[in-house]
Amino acid sequence: MNIYEEDILDHYENPSNYGTLEHPDISYEEDNPLCGDQIRIDLQVEDGIITDLRFCGHGCTISLAAASMLTEEIKGKPLEEVKQLNKDDILDMLGIPLGPVRLKCGLLALKVLKAGAYGLKGWPGEEDEEAK
Amino acid sequence: MIGQRHYPNQVRIPMYPQPMNNPLNPLDIEAIRNDFSILKEENDLPLIYLDSAATSQTPDCVIEAMDAYYRTYNSNIHRGIYRISEEATAKHEEARQRIGRFINARRPSQIIFTRNTTESINLVAYSWGSANLREGDEILVTVMEHHSNLLPWQLLSQRTGAKLRFIEITDEGVLQLDDLERLLTERTKIVAMTHVSNVLGTINPVQELIAAAHAVGAKVLIDGAQSVPHFDVDVQELDCDFLAFSGHKMCGPTGIGVLYGKSDLLEEMPPFLGGGSMIRSVQRESSTYADVPAKFEAGTPAISEAIGLAAAVDYLNKVGLEAIFVHEQELLEYAHQKLNEIEDITIYGPKPRQKTGAITFNLEGIHPHDLAGVLDTVGVAVRAGHHCAQPLMQKYGVIATVRASFYLYNKLDEIDTLHEGLLKAQRMLTRRRR
Repeated sequence: MNIYEEDILDHYENPSNYGTLEHPDISYEEDNPLCGDQIRIDLQVEDGIITDLRFCGHGCTISLAAASMLTEEIKGKPLEEVKQLNKDDILDMLGIPLGPVRLKCGLLALKVLKAGAYGLKGWPGEEDEEAK
Repeated sequence: MIGQRHYPNQVRIPMYPQPMNNPLNPLDIEAIRNDFSILKEENDLPLIYLDSAATSQTPDCVIEAMDAYYRTYNSNIHRGIYRISEEATAKHEEARQRIGRFINARRPSQIIFTRNTTESINLVAYSWGSANLREGDEILVTVMEHHSNLLPWQLLSQRTGAKLRFIEITDEGVLQLDDLERLLTERTKIVAMTHVSNVLGTINPVQELIAAAHAVGAKVLIDGAQSVPHFDVDVQELDCDFLAFSGHKMCGPTGIGVLYGKSDLLEEMPPFLGGGSMIRSVQRESSTYADVPAKFEAGTPAISEAIGLAAAVDYLNKVGLEAIFVHEQELLEYAHQKLNEIEDITIYGPKPRQKTGAITFNLEGIHPHDLAGVLDTVGVAVRAGHHCAQPLMQKYGVIATVRASFYLYNKLDEIDTLHEGLLKAQRMLTRRRR
């Protein structure tokens, strides 16, 4: 399994929901201090449902492809439901295994989403490990 | 007095050695590679290891020296009154002597064992720095420092109120020394600078800067992490006050580093860490301390690692630092030539012969992590990131770069594979990106 699968490269080259919203209900931006990747996510939320969203930023194929896939996944979903998404969901979307360094690239978008939507500041997956 | 000093724009770059004056037998690379088990491993992909500036590979002789300690005389040193402890003590102290000779220290007590370069620099910043610096004093560093030679001084500056000042670099990645007289004054108490940039490979004219610093009464700490492994560093010739380096970048193990210091300074300095081994006598409220180097070596040291580092030093001596330096120059020349053929490449830092060991670059529109990721698919190990040198990245206006670094065991055809891997990355990642 190659981390440069065609599907990932397609998302990287032509990301879905790329850009910003003019009047987002939630907008949040963060970077990965390990490599400087930066992602911003804008959400429009009506009656608890994510009706529209955009992301933008710069980063490697993994971080941008994961952001693109995540936005496709959550559009139209209840904001509360999105709270349940975690590390394994992202790995399922990407469809490839990631080593510990690239894992942070893959999880950056979800981290930004959770921080913006619920004020959860940790890396997805790590809070679970602490609880175990 | 300051006005009389003269700093030409083009400072003489110390070349160790002058290759023309030292005709050498070229390295027998295949024989050298045979000394490293990891390079002989049979895998689907060859290991093309171009990350020696992060950590070098370890020859079997070093592994065997450490193995022998654990298998035949594993014991704590200094106070064991029995055969194997005496043997371990003797080997540990003999290691100090051999490592001291490697950098031409006057006496073995000037070699303090630490964990790594970072700990060596922290030792000086805490011990010497806290005792000698106060508000109004200045610490001079360069913008090309590794974080390990910046953060200890930032912390010292915050503790004491001393001001941190920076020598800038030119776009070519060499120190900008025209305004040195403004930066290096009677207020400067210490100059902390790297001998070789871990990112750009630039060899800094440290000998000239040490003389200039001494002329205003400042002490000088040289970060030798990237120089000591690659060419002859002679502390008496340089006249540096402190030199810090790490074992694992010079064919030795991790967990062992060295701080060299001038004896009078080390003797005056207060201890850094307190604990066993560093004392003369201990009372309830206060203690007296052991002589150097023991004063700075609290607790059980990394015994096998010190013995391993001495084996590494013997190995480098056997191969010959001059031959290693010349070989690396050949690799660098070839790497510059091959990589310059690639469209949309930016290579940072000076040309070969002004640098050693490393070539740092970016390809337009491709994230360094992706470049490193694609190179990994063809077996090439490089480093991508900020290389613990964020102020230098900021100077070049980039977040990260890719660095390929070389050592005695690298071959020219490995650079061909690097080149092919970069072309592959370009084909994969710059197709339709908007």
